[in-house]
Amino acid sequence: MNPVRKRRLIITLLILGAVGVATTLSVFALQKNMTYLYSPTEVDAGNAPGGHPFRLGGIVKEGSVHRVPGTLTTDFVITDRFQSIPVSYTGILPDLFRVGQSTITTGKLENGKFVATQVLAKHDSTYMPPQVEQAIAKAEKEHRVPKTAQGGGAP
Amino acid sequence: MNPELGQVALILALLLSGLQCLLPIIGAWRGSKPLMATAPTLAIGQAVFVALAFGILMWSFWINDFSVAYVAQNSNLSLPWFYKLSAVWGAHEGSLLLWMLILNGWTVALVVLGGKLPEAFFARVIGVLGFVAFGFLLYMITTSNPFLRLFPVPPNGADLNPVLQDPGLVFHPPTLYMGYVGFSVAFAFAIASLLGGELKSTWVRWARPWTNVAWGFLTLGIVAGSAWAYYELGWGGWWFWDPVENASFMPWLIGAALIHAQAITDKRDGLRAWTLLLSIFGFAFSLLGTFLVRSGLLTSVHAFAFAPSRGIFILVYLAVVVGGSLLLYALRAPKVTGGKSFALASRETLMVIGNLMLTVACAMVLLGTLYPLVGEALDIGRISVGPPYFGPLFLILMTPLVLALPFGPLSRWGKADLKVWRNALIRIVALAVTAGIIGFIVGARGGYQLLGITAAVWVMAGVAMFAIKRWREAPRGKRYPFEMLGMMLAHFGIGVFIAGAILTTSMSVEQDVSMKPGANVDVGAYDFHFNGVTETQGPNYRAQQGTVVITRNGKHVVTLHPQKRTYSGGQVQTEAAIEAGVFRDLYVSLGDSIGDGAWSLRVYDKPFVRWIWGGGVLMMLGGFAVVLDRRFRLKRAVEPETVHAKPEAEAPRKLAEGEA
Repeated sequence: MNPVRKRRLIITLLILGAVGVATTLSVFALQKNMTYLYSPTEVDAGNAPGGHPFRLGGIVKEGSVHRVPGTLTTDFVITDRFQSIPVSYTGILPDLFRVGQSTITTGKLENGKFVATQVLAKHDSTYMPPQVEQAIAKAEKEHRVPKTAQGGGAP
Repeated sequence: MNPELGQVALILALLLSGLQCLLPIIGAWRGSKPLMATAPTLAIGQAVFVALAFGILMWSFWINDFSVAYVAQNSNLSLPWFYKLSAVWGAHEGSLLLWMLILNGWTVALVVLGGKLPEAFFARVIGVLGFVAFGFLLYMITTSNPFLRLFPVPPNGADLNPVLQDPGLVFHPPTLYMGYVGFSVAFAFAIASLLGGELKSTWVRWARPWTNVAWGFLTLGIVAGSAWAYYELGWGGWWFWDPVENASFMPWLIGAALIHAQAITDKRDGLRAWTLLLSIFGFAFSLLGTFLVRSGLLTSVHAFAFAPSRGIFILVYLAVVVGGSLLLYALRAPKVTGGKSFALASRETLMVIGNLMLTVACAMVLLGTLYPLVGEALDIGRISVGPPYFGPLFLILMTPLVLALPFGPLSRWGKADLKVWRNALIRIVALAVTAGIIGFIVGARGGYQLLGITAAVWVMAGVAMFAIKRWREAPRGKRYPFEMLGMMLAHFGIGVFIAGAILTTSMSVEQDVSMKPGANVDVGAYDFHFNGVTETQGPNYRAQQGTVVITRNGKHVVTLHPQKRTYSGGQVQTEAAIEAGVFRDLYVSLGDSIGDGAWSLRVYDKPFVRWIWGGGVLMMLGGFAVVLDRRFRLKRAVEPETVHAKPEAEAPRKLAEGEA
């Protein structure tokens, strides 16, 4: 084989090998590590996976935040204004975690309670994550309730 | 000064950029010297108007002109002056203006330093940069005007986002943008060479210093962002695989690959098409980065509210730039062939492996970053892809690169001496294993820690062996030319980074605790004593300030004061208190008051965390050092014909360097 062809062959084989390995790994890793976001309505309807971690997005319900005395555990309720899911989180809450604000929590459903391992609140206080917004919009559509009845859903 | 003047300046800059795109390129095409000669004037004129607009916006911040909507949204009477000035790039519109200013900075630098380039080539480069500028200015004027007026004028501004009220804001965006935008120069060189149908790859040597500087700045920008997140977000993480971090990381990976591909093309004339392609993709990823950050399409700490028109504009722009470039590439690149052949065991092969791993890693990051968007488009649900995907995959992809890294510089171009490889392998393995054993004796436990130590020493030993080899073999005064020094610095930086990243991840002690005043908690070898919380007052915030006394074996180490600030706008921001050290950071951040006088606190002991950024800074210095190499000094103005003849004339010298 002439040197130019040989070099091309080497490069091509290297590229094909790397791309093959990378694609296999990536697809495998993606499938194992994706977490889906659900709204409380979807969770209530039983769409969320039991026993698997997922993300729950919504608004922190007014008057629902309670600390368990002497511990770092906080109990609160996440709502999309139609359904509500009780959440329990042990740890330090982000600065922007506030009643009436949108938030995304990651965790698992255990006995009807969502045990969160992570709580995210946006840094821009006027910002609603598009995912939450759509979850709320979806719930709204399914209930065929006019938007005005939403009652201060968006901050 | 009147903000409308800023608007006018931007429009004038837009017109000039349009001309800057058209005239020099037409001139180069027609061979018209007068048209080509307009390039410097137009570029400088455009830069002057953009700088004027930037200055006017800054002035509006300085004098608290809240009639300008952008100022009203991002400033406040009580904001300290240095944040007022850096608030210019604190949000979408202003950061685009900064992007433009930096693009103009690069263009003017090119005008000043690149005067010795062949006339037609230079005209095309400036023309391509004009096109880039035109797109961004049009975008800014049509969708993101920073000079919009607000009526009625509010008495006070809404204040700058508290997360941004930090020295990090002063450094992180400008350096990051220097990097992002810097890749536009490599891009412009590549496109200019394609436009001109250059068959020789001399342009690559001209492009190399620019690419290295851009990559150096990008490295610094990412390091600054990482360090900022570490102390500002309040939980001591240094990398989150957040979409926006990924957005800056992708061009970095491509840039690292490009630097090496350019070296091969410059010295061996090989991989020309690949270098062209990487130059295009480096800039495409910079644009994609801007697109991802600014469109708010992805949920991220950086995301601004979503404005569809903005997203669509950038998407179209991206499609035009990338699609057009790739079309040009497809039409012209097949002509580009040749280069010296190389054996399977050669420096080229190792560098190709490195290149492949970097680009594949970039593709992996891209897939994970965009997958949520794809999932949404295909309606398979809202998905997020997090660190469990990126972390392990990145580690796997980088392993071959790290393994190959010490041997690249030690091997010859074309055909490596297998005996050299064997000897180097024996020594490097011996050193890495010894380091692992020493680590074990000193007290490193767990496979991950030992892996970190051996991997870091593996890389560093390779650099050290290369340094020794040069010392022995090269004549005095020619031992370490700047190009080589840059390579050594950057490679050593990778070793330092590996040590930092893996040791921090595996050795950190992190605890979330609830403490009453007077309580103690042990973190690693340290004792943290909580002395309660007091109120204090800052320039535009009030803060609850905790006092934590840290002792080790009864000896006082440091007293830290973490704060929980409430800004005048009502936003709450945690300020962690950090005792920084070469070998470890002690980190305390204040959570909430949880009743009975108790507070929740985060207390961390983070060994070697500074090495992560130290490694990054070394890489940056490496990128900068390369520029000083004599290899890149331009000769006197040369006509295109002589340029084309140059590589042959220089062949003996190149070969000698190649053997180095």
